[in-house]
Amino acid sequence: MSRDPVANRVIYGRTLAELGAKNPNIVVLEADIAKSTNTFQFGDRFPDRFFNMGAAEQNMMCVAAGLATTGKIPFASTFVMFASLRASEQVRTSIAYPRLNVKIVATNAGVEICGDGVSHQAAEDLAVMRAIPNMLVLSPSDPVTTRIATETIAEYDGPVFMRLGRQDVPYLYEDDVQFEIGKMIRVREGDDLTIIATGHMVTQAMQAAGILAEKGINARVLDCHTIKPIDVEAIVAAARETGAIVTAEDHSIHGGLGGAVCEVVSRHHPVPVSRMGVADRFCSSGRDWRKLMAHYNLDHAEIVRQAEQLMSERKRVCR
Amino acid sequence: MNQSNDKPDVRRLQRIATKLRGNIVKMIEIAGSGHNGGAMSAIDMIVYLYFHQMRVRPDEPRWPDRDRFVMSKGHCCPALYVALAERGFFAEEVLWTLRDIESALQGHPDMKKTPGVDMTTGSLGQGVSSAVGIALGGKLDDKEYNTFVMCSDGEMQEGQVWEAAMAAAHHKLERMIVLVDNNKLQTDGPTASINNVEPIAPKWEAFGWNAHAIDGHDFAQIHEAVQRCLVPNGKPSVIVAETVKGKGISFMENQVDFHSGPTKPEQTEQALRELDERMRSLEQEEVRS
Repeated sequence: MSRDPVANRVIYGRTLAELGAKNPNIVVLEADIAKSTNTFQFGDRFPDRFFNMGAAEQNMMCVAAGLATTGKIPFASTFVMFASLRASEQVRTSIAYPRLNVKIVATNAGVEICGDGVSHQAAEDLAVMRAIPNMLVLSPSDPVTTRIATETIAEYDGPVFMRLGRQDVPYLYEDDVQFEIGKMIRVREGDDLTIIATGHMVTQAMQAAGILAEKGINARVLDCHTIKPIDVEAIVAAARETGAIVTAEDHSIHGGLGGAVCEVVSRHHPVPVSRMGVADRFCSSGRDWRKLMAHYNLDHAEIVRQAEQLMSERKRVCR
Repeated sequence: MNQSNDKPDVRRLQRIATKLRGNIVKMIEIAGSGHNGGAMSAIDMIVYLYFHQMRVRPDEPRWPDRDRFVMSKGHCCPALYVALAERGFFAEEVLWTLRDIESALQGHPDMKKTPGVDMTTGSLGQGVSSAVGIALGGKLDDKEYNTFVMCSDGEMQEGQVWEAAMAAAHHKLERMIVLVDNNKLQTDGPTASINNVEPIAPKWEAFGWNAHAIDGHDFAQIHEAVQRCLVPNGKPSVIVAETVKGKGISFMENQVDFHSGPTKPEQTEQALRELDERMRSLEQEEVRS
């Protein structure tokens, strides 16, 4: 566990280049931000299978769809904002509807991208992509699971949307971690309440769990790397065994992980759910991403606050 | 019969197109909705492709080396469906299920439901980009198939068409051919009065394409233009075809009201009567010659 933090997008680029050596059917499409998405790592090694489509994301998505009809396995990368919103209809109608084998791996998710501000801070993508039939929606947390997720989707036959962050994140897992699409990873045991987190928020959830433990609250932490299909079993078990859930995501509190968890809990085992995320607002630029996250209540301190509030409400109900 | 740069049997193609025009009118009336006008303007070019030019295997619709056709103006898919049925991809009876629940013939083309449909389309502009991907995949694998795309004049108002045009030229997709069905009418009225797309050919040329202007109802001209497009010169090609919306049925021609919507029963009768007359005169010409 002594490895230095690294951005998941860097791991994605590295893994993609490795996959390119193994599978000649993999082709990569990019929209003029290869240095950011890290697809340049593939492009440098396999220039004949790398297509920089320029600043034209809508075209890129449909070109990927067309390539998939010829037996290629296209990975299409750009920023989450443009993949999920600017080109969302292309993704829906030309990729998801015919269930074509296109992997949309988008980077710079959420508010953590900081400096570029609202135009680039995607907090709606999970809600959009989750509503599209046939889509597999992934949001891995650390470098190890990003590597495994990238390898896994290259083998999976069907459309995928995977969101990755911009900032360096710590390693949470050893290389042999059990990673299965649709199955949350239980990162920390606990039975007082459960924190279900996705993406880099898993790191914040672990920090929050440490602080809560000092206060006598034993929190379970689940890494929800698959937003769709959501792991119903793990959510129901968390509701039944711990009685309260905090969700944590660098995404709007509407329609993303929090929404998905609430949909399951309300039907199968109703318990209080508190959603930590972007609170239905536009944020702003920031020079230091950690300060920016703290400013908008998107960090471990907010998870602790919401967890304590859930616990105190539960005590009142019990009395 | 197909895949030929020999002179086409024009009368044969005219007879097929005449028959298929009738099928279009019938299937849209049965469905209760659909787009007659743009199907009539497109059908001659589609008949040329499927009955003279394209290498396809109706019993093996996914044959990897087949020529591709993308109906980017997806709303006019009845013109594609009638051609696919006539070519043997599926039975003619299937035509009468158009737009019904779970039908193989959806309101817009669905590559997973309809044998012979090469790309799912319906949202304007997307098919041109998808065709770029199909042509690019063929180029990567050194395949010799051609990728034909049909788009409409109104469709060129979609910015994505020009993203695709730029990309196809950049990647030198010389086996990609766009046919513009320039019938000059869109849903709300004349294209020129809504958001003018003219001049069309110079726009494509400026994007690095070969451009040919023809009469889209003249099989000899269609043939000549397609053959010129198939001569590789490192550029994709566009055929800007002047067409008549509703072509072949007197009360539909150039009528924006027939952009969409079925014919009334008496209109269907009249249309079929006109097409019958046309067919008879084509047969008489054949006998005389």
